[in-house]
Amino acid sequence: MAEYQNIFTRVQVRGPTYPGVPLSRNGRERLGPPFYSHLMGLIGDAQLGPIYLGGLGIASLICGFIAFEIIGLNMWASVNWSVVQFIRQLPWLALEPPAPSYGLHIPPMAEGGWWLLAGFFLTTSILLWWTRMYRRARALGMGTHVAWAFAAAIWLYLVLGFIRPILMGSWGEAVPFGIFPHLDWTAAFSIRYGNLFYNPFHMLSIVFLYGSTLLFAMHGATILAVSRFGGEREVEQIVDRGTAAERAAIFWRWTMGFNATFESIHRWAWWFAVLCPLAGGIGILLTGTVVDNWYLWGVKHGIAPAYPMVFPAVPDPLTLPGAPK
Amino acid sequence: MNATLRAASVAAGIMAAAGVVFCVLVFEPLGAIPVQHGYRGTGLVELFNPKVVANETVLNKIPAGLPQLPAAGVKAGVAYKNVQVLGDISVGQFTRLMVSFTNWVAPQQGCNYCHVGNNFAADDLYTKVVARRMIQMVQHINVDWKSHVANTGVTCYTCHRGQPVPAYLWFNNPGPGGAQGMAETNTGKNLMSPAAADSSLPYDPFTPFLQDSNNIRVQGTTALPTGNTQSIKQTEWTYALMMHFSQALGVNCTYCHNTRSFGDWTQSTPQRATAWYGIRMARDLNNAYLQSLASVFPHNRLGPYGDVPKVDCATCHQGVYKPLFGVSMAKDFPELGGVPQPVAATKP
Repeated sequence: MAEYQNIFTRVQVRGPTYPGVPLSRNGRERLGPPFYSHLMGLIGDAQLGPIYLGGLGIASLICGFIAFEIIGLNMWASVNWSVVQFIRQLPWLALEPPAPSYGLHIPPMAEGGWWLLAGFFLTTSILLWWTRMYRRARALGMGTHVAWAFAAAIWLYLVLGFIRPILMGSWGEAVPFGIFPHLDWTAAFSIRYGNLFYNPFHMLSIVFLYGSTLLFAMHGATILAVSRFGGEREVEQIVDRGTAAERAAIFWRWTMGFNATFESIHRWAWWFAVLCPLAGGIGILLTGTVVDNWYLWGVKHGIAPAYPMVFPAVPDPLTLPGAPK
Repeated sequence: MNATLRAASVAAGIMAAAGVVFCVLVFEPLGAIPVQHGYRGTGLVELFNPKVVANETVLNKIPAGLPQLPAAGVKAGVAYKNVQVLGDISVGQFTRLMVSFTNWVAPQQGCNYCHVGNNFAADDLYTKVVARRMIQMVQHINVDWKSHVANTGVTCYTCHRGQPVPAYLWFNNPGPGGAQGMAETNTGKNLMSPAAADSSLPYDPFTPFLQDSNNIRVQGTTALPTGNTQSIKQTEWTYALMMHFSQALGVNCTYCHNTRSFGDWTQSTPQRATAWYGIRMARDLNNAYLQSLASVFPHNRLGPYGDVPKVDCATCHQGVYKPLFGVSMAKDFPELGGVPQPVAATKP
């Protein structure tokens, strides 16, 4: 009997491969004979293919590849084409946005032009991929929930790299393309604008982020726990509640006092996930544009408490008479 | 268990073992002790790792000093030729100082590191000219920079620790040099930055702040925008300088700041003001003292731009919040501007 007690899926169904549901535009949308992969079957469906990229997919991959190359080659150039240093320092390397002195003008290629170009191609690639997702969902007669969830992430991406820099009047406000550099940028962003933790939209975003992981863990655990009663057939149990759904529901009523249904849990999870970047994007958008110091904003609105002084008062030395500059 | 699963398990085991080895090699040993020094709940906590502190205690041991001698007798300036700085003290005091300098700076090399064997008065060796300027610098620090060194003061040993060249110095850093042409020009960052705790932050935060007097303050002082145009990029430079402080002193951000509002002086610790004067002191020393030796140092002592070696926080602090854990060596050297510490009054 099938069991779900391992981190790997232990059941791999092998039968004739399945080409997918027929679409209105006949079968030429899918390429290649499907085949089975045992390793892929450990973590997902063992069947690979048939594939479909289409015009949007190919255009997206080309744009993404161009952006990847611009970023990667500039990183490599920054260590003077040294292969060893490129590998050793890869997490430190980045393609940096233009200096603030350029404002929203187009800088020379070497001084941020490459960043703009990489951003253009990456954005194009992402938007094309979004369109592809939307169109593929429509082609299959599905809802477009996945595309709109992806759009929420794209919103945050656009706010960080495009919308907010334009509102601030400087490409230099945008994020570098790099692994550690974008993290250092994030910390510097919070420091410059007086501590992002006092930004209420940042707070909301964290709620939805941690909430998403919590819901994901609760849902995944629940379904695995009742799979021995057929609980993995969630979709059927939405409309035809079986013993798995009954047990899962009463378990949460007992332990939590309330339960989602086999359908509503997915709405909970979808909205939590989508609201994380939506709220975060709003928080980023407000930073620097309408709020300059979130801590002081928090003080102004009564969310940052004052603590008793335990140190002797320290005047700003710059304000003292005769202080060195 | 089939072959694939077994292989996956073995691979996972090897990766876990590699992870453990990585952690042991890279991270400091467990067991840091948190010491709260701010109001409860504010997170103003310093972490001290007993193993690290034990190691630092050994490294920061004070060398044995020579007993002080009376000011009586012939002045050094009269007895010896070419005594430009310490001429007003007695020959005995002068000799004690010279022997101390040797112990602090050139214990292996001896007198001849600075002096020509048959003519101690000659300025033939560049090291002697540098040493004279450094004596003036030590006096200047002890007399004029009490805002930073208080009455603890400094001696040659604070930086030199028995080495002719102090372990922690910096030069203007052009970076490793990227490719030319159309490729992205050097941005001063996005490479491994030892100066900023191995982050990708700017790798030379010293030139703009400890040589030049660029603005360090980036945070807005009003809730809503009122014209503060400091950029995120500028913040990264300040951030890099602060990471240097943290590394050089072996402390967290919270040693000086209440991190909920870095810029706010009303919530900062008194150490922040000390550090503020320290920045000005380092600038002063670099520009007025080290820079004045530009034509004295031989080429091999200069940096990539031909610039002199300069001081930062680590030059004295060497990983400890107070150099030599706050023990004053200068108190026994009033000739260097050290402040003798009052003898504790005995209770009747």
